[in-house]
Amino acid sequence: MSTVAQPSVPTRASSAAVRGSALAAARLVLLRDLRLAFRKPEHIVQPLAFFAIVTTLFPLSTTPELSRLREIAPGVLWVAALLSGLLALEFLFRDDAQDGTLEQYALSGQSLTWLILAKTCAHWLLTGLPLALLAPLAGGALGAPAAALPSITVTIAIGTVALSLVGAIGAALTIGVKRGGVLLSVLVLPLAVPILIFGSRATQLAIAGESFVAALELLGAMAVLGVTLAPLAAAAAVRISLE
Amino acid sequence: MAWTWFHRLGSPPYIYGLAARLTPWFAWSAGLILIAALFAGLVLAPPDYQQGEGYRIIFIHAPCGWMSTMVYSTMAVSAAVGLIWRIKVAHAVAASCATLGASFTAATLATGMLWGKPMWGTYWEWDPRLTFELVLLFLYLGYMGLRASFEDVQRADRASAFLAIVGVIDVPLIHYSVIWWNSLHQAPSVMKLGKPTMPPEMLVPLLMMFLGFTLFFVAVLLTRLRGEVLRRERTASWIREAVLQ
Repeated sequence: MSTVAQPSVPTRASSAAVRGSALAAARLVLLRDLRLAFRKPEHIVQPLAFFAIVTTLFPLSTTPELSRLREIAPGVLWVAALLSGLLALEFLFRDDAQDGTLEQYALSGQSLTWLILAKTCAHWLLTGLPLALLAPLAGGALGAPAAALPSITVTIAIGTVALSLVGAIGAALTIGVKRGGVLLSVLVLPLAVPILIFGSRATQLAIAGESFVAALELLGAMAVLGVTLAPLAAAAAVRISLE
Repeated sequence: MAWTWFHRLGSPPYIYGLAARLTPWFAWSAGLILIAALFAGLVLAPPDYQQGEGYRIIFIHAPCGWMSTMVYSTMAVSAAVGLIWRIKVAHAVAASCATLGASFTAATLATGMLWGKPMWGTYWEWDPRLTFELVLLFLYLGYMGLRASFEDVQRADRASAFLAIVGVIDVPLIHYSVIWWNSLHQAPSVMKLGKPTMPPEMLVPLLMMFLGFTLFFVAVLLTRLRGEVLRRERTASWIREAVLQ
């Protein structure tokens, strides 16, 4: 397995993958994407910086009063998370589509669904998870009580899973489109409305100190639905885009 | 074979001629029914006991709202047919639907705002139905944007068809999440006017408007479909004969 440690040579990765099962191939893709991302850390850092800047803009543009910021904090956090998630989605398939790796995946004989799921998984680990870890900081700065901070992490973490999966479909459809960033937002944001509604609702209840389990369960249900269907859809969309 | 009539629907020259023959029927019946329904709705139907004459915009607003979702399902079904059986004409139907659906959605929002001002005292209220309609408009815009971003017609067809199908799964999800979104909050109580069961003098014109709008949609769809087929088949030899006829 150590021969696959060279992500710059995709054919070696896929020829090794053919020998293994679909899960092993997915694991290799996951590790490859993580390794590549750590060699280009700006792709991880930029969405986070964007998130931090957007949340900073709200106190500047509305009011510095913590009592009033606390009311809009869930909305601010979720809109900022959605937007920075979208920003990161552009990187999901772009490089792999440009250098032909994605075509190799499609031709490898392995289940493209599993490979896409692995890519999406890596994408979430690199963007969603850091965002969820950063969100309590921004939440605290917007006046959320300390007791609510862990629940902010949980809600944003689950919500970004769903967002990464929905976004993977949109990213797959816009693979060949030049300057597809705006188009990607127009495609994905309407589909992300349920995530935004239940996510910010859960965060809102958490900040208010109430039970947010119901909203969190709905959010989790959407994430599960996404895990089940979105990789299938994204794989089909990748095939369409590669034709 | 009993299925040959069905297979012919996939042929661009056949569908072009068929659309040309059918359009007048739909257009004329839509025109007649719409005129009759407008007369019945605007003149014959009694004023509402609560809203007076102002309610009459429902005869435009409600059919537009019905069309906005109906056109989306038409678009998605034909997109799915085009994607699964690789029928080019089905993609052309889906492409013709998008602008129409977006227009109906915009008309629903516009008439709803005009109705909202005198009745609710505001043009816009973040009511679930209004919000859902707005998101639906964004979905149409996304579909049209994706379609417009490809040079190659076939790629545009397949990618946008895929988006339409994903939307079908997501539209009910958006619909219900938007309903729950507002019911979780405390809704302003002035919003809901009492909804009395509709008397037949109002219901019959409304149903006629629904029928008229649907026929109108089909007539416009067939016309747009002919344009779409012409555009796609512009290099084909049958076009010359069909156009010169």
